[in-house]
Formats: sequence, structure tokens, C-alpha cells
Amino acid sequence: MLNLTEVRKSYPTAEGRVEVLGGVSLSLVAGESLALTGESGSGKSTVLHLIAGLDAVDGGEIVVAGQALSGLGDAGRAALRRDRIGLVFQQFNLIPSLDVAANLSFQARLAGRHDRDWTAQLAEALGLAPLLARYPEQLSGGQQQRVAIGRALAPRPALILADEPTGNLDEGSSDAVMALMLALVTKAGASLLMVTHSERLAARLDRRLQLRSGRIQP
Amino acid sequence: MIGAGLQALVSHWRRHPLQLAMLLLGLAVATALWTGVQAINAEARAAYDRAASVLGQDRLDRLVASDGTLTVADFVALRRVGWPVSPVLEGRIARDLQVIGVEPLTLPRGAAMPGLPGLGADTLPAFLAGTLVLAAPETLARPEVATALAGLATTPSPDLPPMTLVADIALAERLLNTPGQITALILDPDRTLPGPVPKGFALKPATRDAGLARLTESFHLNLTAFGFLAFAVGIFITHAAIGMAFEQRRPMIRTLRALGMSVGMLCGLVLAEMLVLALIAGVIGVALGYGVAAALLPDVAATLGGLYDAPVPGQLTLRASWVLAGVGMALAGTLIAAGQGLVQVWRMPPLASARPRAWAMAGAGAAKAQALAGLGLLAMAGLALGFGAGLPAGFAVLAGLLLGTALVLPWLLGLTLALAVRRSKGVMAQWFWADTRQQLPGLSLALMALLLALAANTGVGTMVGSFRATFTGWLDQRLASELYVYAETPAEAAAITDWLRPRVDAILPITLAQSPLAGQPGEVYGIVDHATYRDNWPLLQSSPAVWDEVAKGKGVLINEQLSRRADLGLGSVLNLPGGALPVVGVFSDYGNPLPQAIVGMASFQARFPQAEALRFALRLPPAKVADISTALRAEFALAEGALVDQAAVKAFSLQVFERTFAVTGALNALTLGVAGLAMLANLLTLSALRLPQLAPVWAMGLTQTRLAALDFARTLVLALLTAVVALPLGLALAWVLLAVVNVEAFGWRLPMQVFPGDAVRQFAMAAVAGGVAGLWPALQLMRRRPADLLRVFANER
Repeated sequence: MLNLTEVRKSYPTAEGRVEVLGGVSLSLVAGESLALTGESGSGKSTVLHLIAGLDAVDGGEIVVAGQALSGLGDAGRAALRRDRIGLVFQQFNLIPSLDVAANLSFQARLAGRHDRDWTAQLAEALGLAPLLARYPEQLSGGQQQRVAIGRALAPRPALILADEPTGNLDEGSSDAVMALMLALVTKAGASLLMVTHSERLAARLDRRLQLRSGRIQP
Repeated sequence: MIGAGLQALVSHWRRHPLQLAMLLLGLAVATALWTGVQAINAEARAAYDRAASVLGQDRLDRLVASDGTLTVADFVALRRVGWPVSPVLEGRIARDLQVIGVEPLTLPRGAAMPGLPGLGADTLPAFLAGTLVLAAPETLARPEVATALAGLATTPSPDLPPMTLVADIALAERLLNTPGQITALILDPDRTLPGPVPKGFALKPATRDAGLARLTESFHLNLTAFGFLAFAVGIFITHAAIGMAFEQRRPMIRTLRALGMSVGMLCGLVLAEMLVLALIAGVIGVALGYGVAAALLPDVAATLGGLYDAPVPGQLTLRASWVLAGVGMALAGTLIAAGQGLVQVWRMPPLASARPRAWAMAGAGAAKAQALAGLGLLAMAGLALGFGAGLPAGFAVLAGLLLGTALVLPWLLGLTLALAVRRSKGVMAQWFWADTRQQLPGLSLALMALLLALAANTGVGTMVGSFRATFTGWLDQRLASELYVYAETPAEAAAITDWLRPRVDAILPITLAQSPLAGQPGEVYGIVDHATYRDNWPLLQSSPAVWDEVAKGKGVLINEQLSRRADLGLGSVLNLPGGALPVVGVFSDYGNPLPQAIVGMASFQARFPQAEALRFALRLPPAKVADISTALRAEFALAEGALVDQAAVKAFSLQVFERTFAVTGALNALTLGVAGLAMLANLLTLSALRLPQLAPVWAMGLTQTRLAALDFARTLVLALLTAVVALPLGLALAWVLLAVVNVEAFGWRLPMQVFPGDAVRQFAMAAVAGGVAGLWPALQLMRRRPADLLRVFANER
């Protein structure tokens, strides 16, 4: 499902280029869940952004669902995200102008794979059914994150990339949202790569890798 | 503390130079347009004052000769029998150079030429000796004047109107080559007259006291209204920039409060900062305004010269009045624009959320309150239309209509976009409309500015179009005769008519007498009974046998101005010298500021026996016009202006008309440009706030190019929707201008005509304004580095 080979990434700063990833390799098979842990600034989010094609690698190769990202242009990477990947961010990043129902189905409709029944099941499972007509600003943080998870799962993507998905939630809400997400990822048959700094949450996934100073720790 | 606070506040502008530029630009442009108009008005008014100061410009009674010829001998004879008269000789030399010859020793003090400006004890002898002339410095600077005055000494007199020379009467005689002649004898108002007016003379009373100022007031009022509209549009930009700055500085303000700065001191610092910025923008604006005025003044001067014979120079003088007024307006505009923000700072509790409260996403409640205020203004406009009177009521209708609709606009657009969201099927369409609706509060000020500019364009365009269509048709009717002749004296008139009689189809004398009409200075014309009038004269109302009644001296025709001002209609009675007559018809008389009445020739001659027929309209086959003109000129050595053909008069009238509206057209275009700038300013300041809304959509699979295209389309759609509202508003504006303001200002009403091409033009202008404003932010979005978009998802944001 996912293969990263010697992926390198650096960013320009006032002091010159700073290497964020110094040759990261990892793989993920279909249906597997993997936690990528590490301290702040270790490059966890950068890995996720590169896999999603939101940013370009300096070196190495990333293959998602059999497609090498290096061979894709901007439009190709956008299509890959739309069709094969679901993204969940810590900041939720819902679309403020759309109500919950429209936010939930947004990516699925973009990808042309809107399944009303599946979306309804997601809404029910995430406890969003009574909130469908509300707008993001009218929801709590936990509710917003559940919408973001539902939005990512609605198109039944092959790969879910989650970046600190419960980072903005308290421990109780975090556990509940995590349980829901794992159950639904399994139900959708998707793979999950989750970035987190929480060892407790990482332990709930199939595998875990630690990133330190831009490298996977053995 | 003050230094530290100011440093913190000013640091915002260092980090947001574009915002600072937009604030300064908006304020400077607003000030520039306002100042430009005020500078033009000030220049024109100063010119009227200068014109009025020359020999009183008809503000003193004059004695004129009944036979049209006055000589020095007449002056001497009258002085000998105790008449307090002073001779004046007027004429033109070179091109448009007016020469006024005076006799300084007898010139009454009331002539109001401030002691002959520029003439002192050292120069008076030279003036009396006929070797010195007075003229305004700009007149003396003209090459043709220098040529005409070769060999003469000159003294600059800034108080004299342009292209006017004042000389001793003996020198004027030489310059004009009219030995022994006098144009008029001015009567000293401070001395009593020794008896009745001697035979052979007529008393020409002063009639046009402050006339120019009165006649041109409406023109200047219109200019001021446009200047104010442009200023309002510019203030929208300033308001947007200041509003954004206040919102972005909320965290800083909270911190300053938390660190111990009192709210009073904080507001004081913000106010001082705003006033300094206003001062900078004001000075830039005044400088730009000078440029605007200098560019427009030649057209304004031509208009005022053509319409009212008002001598306005084509060059601009820097005057303290409009410079100070411009800076003052910049300060006032800044205070208006910053008022809301200052109140927010004043009211903000120290523990208020540090996160920007999404200034752009103002609450629905505020939008409703704004819409209600707008509806209130529209109702006020309705009341002013129904119950108001006079020009102020007309402008109140305009202001209520424009501001009311502008305030209602965001609410109207919100409703439309909500409907579009509900009706849209596809996900992209749904997001597009929903997101457009989301942007509305942030863009509403710019859209309101665009609405005003577009409506003003349509309104003025429709008015000018209606005017043009009516005016050209009317000119065809009024100027039915092929040729117009002006004789100098009754003897010459008689000789000319004798010569013409066998050569033309008809000679129609144009006789005129000055006479008060319904209490106002007016003109009475006498006409002969001829098919030219019966077939062509543009009557708005008439009795069935109107021309028979006029010919028989049983009725009078009056112009629309007189009809409206004195509330006279068919059957009303008009008092005239020699007896009242019933009104039997009302004719349209566009462009004429004075009341006018027309009676049959016999009736006219009985009422005004001293009036002479020196002007004639000739009817002849058009093919013969050129030959007759040439022959007539050769036979009587007629001057250039003594013989005018119909085409020349029409061309001149239309030229004056076009230049009149060239000024409003230029102001319109500038206002539209300012509105486009307002949109651009808003879009640029909003673009940073937009990223969190756009980045998720990008992350979900839309390319930056597509997002940019959609953003561009969004601006276009909003501009076009605004144009949809602006179209009826513009037409309503045109109706108010034609049916209310024009009637009050000029005394006549034009039929309104709607031009479908104008609507197309308006939508095109909206698309251009929206397109130009939307292009830059869209390109910016397209070229943004992914890292900027990724920052939206950063966990430590």
C-alpha cells in the first residue's frame, strides 16, 4: 500500500538549509495501521505531507497504492489525494462555509464516490446524525474532529493519514474518537498511518515506528 | 510607556506594508478626487468674482444709445448737463482678447474695479497717457497677447479676469480702431440723476447681480456631489484597511492592556497614529487632487464659458482654501473609517479572546441591522421625493437612494447566494456558492463601493444619453433656420434685409427685450407669424390655436423654466410691460438659464417700441447657404461672428454639451477605478485569512490552479451580482437626476430614455473591475508555495 525509500527533505531557513528528514524508509501493507511517533520537530508531519503529495521530496521515493509520487505532476498528486487518501488533521480543518452534512460528504463527492448509505452509517457511528445541519463553528472540538474523521473515511480511501488527530481533545474525548476511528478504518478496509506523540495512543495501532532527528529509529 | 506602545502599534505596519499602502492609497485617492473638485470650484468662483469686479459687469446701471451708437460727443454733452456718466469702450482684438477702455477720472467708485487694480501713483500717468495697459499675469504670458500689445508697457493685475485688458479709453480706441466711439456710459450709483433719461438714450438697468455665481451654482453642486461620491468610495478602502488592521492587532492590544496600558492611553495612541497617517495621506491626496483639477479644468472652463459665458481660466492656482479643506477631509474621513475600530478597542475587555474574531465574518445580526438602516434610508428617500422641495430635497433623494441600496446590498447578495447554495447540485458548485457567501461580509464594503460607482456610471450615462437624444432633436427644431445674421446698427440691419429680401425665402427678425418675468430677470422675444415656428417650435404644452393667438397678440408663449419657477401653465396670466397676456403654450428651452417669453411681433413692438431688430433668422434652400453667406459678407464686410449658419451653431452647442459631460465622465471613470481598487485592497487583505479555508480543499485534491480559478470566478460573480443591483439603482438615479435635480437646478425636465447598450456596458465594467481586482489575489494563490498552505495544518500554528 505504501512504501517510502530513503526519503529526504530539507527546508531553507535564515541559517541555511535545515534537514528535516535524512533518509526515511518505511512501508505499510493494506489494512495495516502504523503509528509514527517522535518529539516535536522530529519530522513526523513532514512525512505525512510528503506521502499526501502536499510537498515534494528532495530525494528518495514514495509509492502510494502502486503509484510513484515522483512521476506525478501537481494535478496527478491532487487526483491521488482525492481518490486514494483520506486526511485527518489536528486542527480539524473543516470547511466553515458548509454544514456538517456537506463537510462529511465533501471529499467523497469530489472523488465521485459518494455513497449515501455509507456516509449515513459514518454519521450515525460518529454520533453526528443530530448535528448534520449545524456549521463547524457551532460544534465542539471533539465533534469537529469526528466530522473530520468521517470526511476522510467517506470516500473509502485506501490510505488514511492522520496527523495528531486527537491532539486538540481532552483524554476522554481522545480515547473515544480514537476508538471510533480505528473501528471505522477497519470497517472501511483502509490502511492507517497516524502521527502522534502519545505513546498511549500509538500502542493501540498494529505497529509503531519512532522518528528522531529525521530518521527512523531501529 | 507611550514610546513602547507606539513602537508596538507601528510595528504592525512594518509587517503589513501592503495594508499600509492600501490605507494610504484609499485615503489619498479619496482626498484627491474631493480636492480636485473643490479646486475646480474654487478656481471658477474666483473667476466669477474677478469678472464681477470689472466695471461691475452689469452691476451698475448704464446709459445706452437708442440707435446703438454712442460717441465721445454724447459723453461730453451729458457731462455738461450734469449726468454722472463715465465712458466705457469694449471690444475684442486678437483672438478672444477683450479690451475695456475706461476714463479713470470719471469712473465711479462703484465700478468696483478695486481702484483700477495694479495701478499706483507711479503708473497712473502712463495709464492716462495711453502707454500702459493692465491685464492678469496669465493673460500677459500668452504669446498672442504679447504680439497685440507690442510697444506698450504692461502692469500685471491678478484681480482681472483672463483675456481681459483694461486701458485708458483713448488707447482702447486705438487698439480697437474705433475712433470716437463708446460702448456704454456707466452711471455713478452714488450720485442722483439730474432728470429723466434724455431723448436718444435708454437706461439699461443692472440685472445680473452675482448672476454667474447663481447660474453656475447647479453645475458646481453637481461636481461637488460627484466629488463627495468619489470620496465616499475612497473611504470604503480606508475603512477596509483600518478594520483589518484593528482586527489583526487584537492580540497585541490585549497584551498591551495586560501589561498595564490604560484603555484611554491605548485609544489615544491609536488615534494619534491614525491622524498621522491621515495627514500623510491627506498631503499626498491634495497633491494628486491638484493634478486631477489641472487635468479637468480646461474642460470645465470650456463648459462654463460655453454655457454661461463665464470666464474661467484654464490654469489652476494653488489656494489655501481647498488645500486645507482637502487635508481636513482626509482627517475627517480617517476618523469616520477608524471610529468603529476605536470603539471596539475602547470596549474590549483585557481578557478578550486574543484570536482574531474573524472580522471578515461579521455576524448575521450586524448584516440585518445594516439592511434595516438601508431600508430606513430608502424610506427617507421616498419621503423626500414625495414631500420635499428644492435642490436639497433632490440631493436627499439621491443620497438616500444610493446609501440605502448600498447598505441593503450585502443582505440582498446573502439571500441570493443562500438560494444558490440550496439550488446547487454538484459538490463543487455547492462549495463555490457557500464559500462565496462566506466571503461576503469581508468584501461587502468593496462591493458597496462598486455598487455606488456602477450606479453612478449608469445613472449619469442614462442622463447624458437622454440629454443627447433630446438635445439634438431639440436643436433641429429650434435651429430650423438655415442662417443667422447679426447687424451692428439698425441702419445696417435695414440695408441687409433689403439686400436679402429677393435672395432668400424668408427673413425672420429676432427681436429681444430685457424684462422682468414673474419677478425674475428675463427676456421677451417678438416673432413674426411664419411656418418655421408653426412647424418646428418645440412646444411641451399648447392651446389648440396657439400660433394664431400669438400672432394676434392674444397670447404668450413661455419657456419651461418660467413655467416651472412661476408655476404658470396654459391659461395662466403673465404680466408683461404693456399689459398681461394669457399663456397659450410652453416650450422647451434647454440650456437657457433665464425665463423667456415670446409674443407676436406687433404685440412686441407695441410693448417695447425702443427694441431694435438687429438679428435675423433666414430661410433659404440649404444649397444656397454657402453662396449667400459669401456674398453677404462681401457686400457688408461682416465680421466673423455676424453671420452664423445652422450647422455651426449646432456644432458649437453640441461641443459645449460634450465637454460638459466629459468632466462628469472623467469623474465617473475615476470613481469606478477607486471602487476596483477597494475590491483589490479587500481581496488582498483577506487573502491571508482565506488560507485556512482553502488549504483543506487543496489537501483533499483540488489543484492550486483550480482553486485560483475558482477564487477569480468568485470575485467576478460577486461583481456581476452587484451590477445586477446597480442597474436598477442607476436607472433610478438617472430618473431622479432628470426628473428632480435637473428640474430644480435648471428649470427644465428631459424625457428619460433607457439604452440597452448601457446595461451591457455596465456589466462589462463590473466584469473588468472584478476581473482586474480578482486577478492579482488569484495569481498569488496559484503561486503560493505549498509550505504556506501546509502551515495551515501545522499543529503548533
